Amino acid sequence: MSHGPSASGGALVAAPPHGAHHDEPYVPVFTGQARAELDTIMSRYPSKQAALLPALWLVQDARGWVSDASMEEVANALDITPAYVKGVTTFYTMYHQHPVGRHFIQVCTTTPCNICGAEDVVKSLLEHSGCGDLGLTSADGRFTVIEVECLGACGFPTPIMINNDFVESVTPESVSRILAERT
Amino acid sequence: MGYPHGSHPRETPILSKYFGDAGARTLDGWRARGGYDALQQALATDPQELQMIVKDSGLRGRGGAGFPTGLKWSFMKPDGKIHYMLCNADESEPGTFKDREIMRWTPHGLVEGVALAAHAIYAETAYIYIRGEFTEPYAHVTRAVEEAYAAGVLGANAMGSGKRVDVHVHRGAGAYICGEETALMNSLEGRRGNPRIKPPFPAIAGLFGRPTTINNVETLATVPYIIKNGAEWYKQFGRPDNPKSIGTKLFSVCGNITRPGNYEVALGFPFKDFLYDLCGGPLPGREIKAVIPGGSSVPILTREESEAAIMDYEGFAAAGTLLGSGGVIVFDDKQDMVRQIARLVRFYAHESCAQCTQCREGTAWTLRIMERIRDGAGTAEDFDTLLSIADNMTGKTICVLSDSCATPVVSGLKKFRGEFEAKIVANRAMVTVPGAFRASAA
Repeated sequence: MSHGPSASGGALVAAPPHGAHHDEPYVPVFTGQARAELDTIMSRYPSKQAALLPALWLVQDARGWVSDASMEEVANALDITPAYVKGVTTFYTMYHQHPVGRHFIQVCTTTPCNICGAEDVVKSLLEHSGCGDLGLTSADGRFTVIEVECLGACGFPTPIMINNDFVESVTPESVSRILAERT
Repeated sequence: MGYPHGSHPRETPILSKYFGDAGARTLDGWRARGGYDALQQALATDPQELQMIVKDSGLRGRGGAGFPTGLKWSFMKPDGKIHYMLCNADESEPGTFKDREIMRWTPHGLVEGVALAAHAIYAETAYIYIRGEFTEPYAHVTRAVEEAYAAGVLGANAMGSGKRVDVHVHRGAGAYICGEETALMNSLEGRRGNPRIKPPFPAIAGLFGRPTTINNVETLATVPYIIKNGAEWYKQFGRPDNPKSIGTKLFSVCGNITRPGNYEVALGFPFKDFLYDLCGGPLPGREIKAVIPGGSSVPILTREESEAAIMDYEGFAAAGTLLGSGGVIVFDDKQDMVRQIARLVRFYAHESCAQCTQCREGTAWTLRIMERIRDGAGTAEDFDTLLSIADNMTGKTICVLSDSCATPVVSGLKKFRGEFEAKIVANRAMVTVPGAFRASAA
């Protein structure tokens, strides 16, 4: 989602309980190895700011989500304002602005997958994961399930992404086995 | 080949020859298959000559717009300025998954094409922008770039040519709009992915304000074959009576079809044979109802229209649609077209960058109206409202996302009007019984 509360009436992600997540006391991400990695990335571009998306990825890989405090750290590293970093972070769908389950599951329900039964896969995932609804995290902290737009694997319906892994050709029946493999 | 299926005898596998062959993924494996010969040859060739060969080959952009590749390259002159080469690997058009397979199976083929193109446009630096969700393609391409640097294929003295060619891989973070070339540039620069007003065009002021050439993955992966085998060789692929559409093209096929996957055919292939012979036709006991032939942004065809279409730029245009990205979405007679068009509109409403009013509001309004028709709460006046909104969304915004949202609505209303009307009639029938409508809509 690239803009604020959608007027579309078809919000894909149920609103998470914002405001309840803090990241204090804040421990910086960019020290030691991570700082060296960021410096390597920055050397590839003529501007510091171009390292913004990669820097946010480094934060999310390290912490699982991107907090306001992390955005401030990124802003300081790249000589831009925290507000600017937040503006960019919120434009892209893949940066989590609150903690999510250990296994973050994105299900494609766009037209090509939709006509092959993707909505039944969503139902099955919600039922077996214990998440209850889209965007919510299961009580045991294992899963968060969201619907996403086209994952670009339309020939293998229904593709889902679990963290960084693609699982293709998921059916309502195969869901329980896929979830059982992830503790 | 029709990955994940074996190659069909009527395919012309050039780009897809090594799909499914993990041995082609490594530098040694790629070299053993003739890889990097073209780059070696190109680095010893004057960029203007490379531009001429590609221009002469007739290659057109495979990302969707079909702009002649050699002509695009020829905008880049030896002016002493810093130039950038950009590879658009933000494949996100619903129905399209061809670049994904190129990157998964032949990452060195892409790196070779990108490096070659960089030299051809007088650039020393190239970036490959891969959509954030493509973690596996990203890993393969990143590995290929690392291998190429380690072997001296890339770097300050690329393949011993004395020329510098740097290639960097950049990961997106989830935004369909970043497939639009100027939005991609903004995103790579660390900004929100809003498309830029043109002019200036990228060849004048693109990435970091410098002259930039941006090409799709499939286009760049094709170039080494043209340099190696010559423009004349490439011209053999296509209809003899249509010199405007040359070469082979990867088509991704998905939806209600027997054998979904990627197929590479020479342009000018009969679409009916493609759907029924190569892809196996509809699922048992079903019939094809509609086909979107070039990714979700192009007009929908009825079964009859699709069976008469020829698969090239002009052939699909004659059928009233576009070749687009080559993402073929097949709908069978079980599908409710109103419901599916509403779902497509939801995609565009979600992906609008919200920069232009016509798009931000238009996609949201269209979605609300489409969903109320779908749910049996529409009226006949809604059709005119949809067309009026569509008119205001077409040709009036910075980029074409807005137009792309209007396209399936307009073509759907025209070609499947009966299904739309049936929803309205059902609505009328229900409101004659007090209370019944509310109960059914809930």
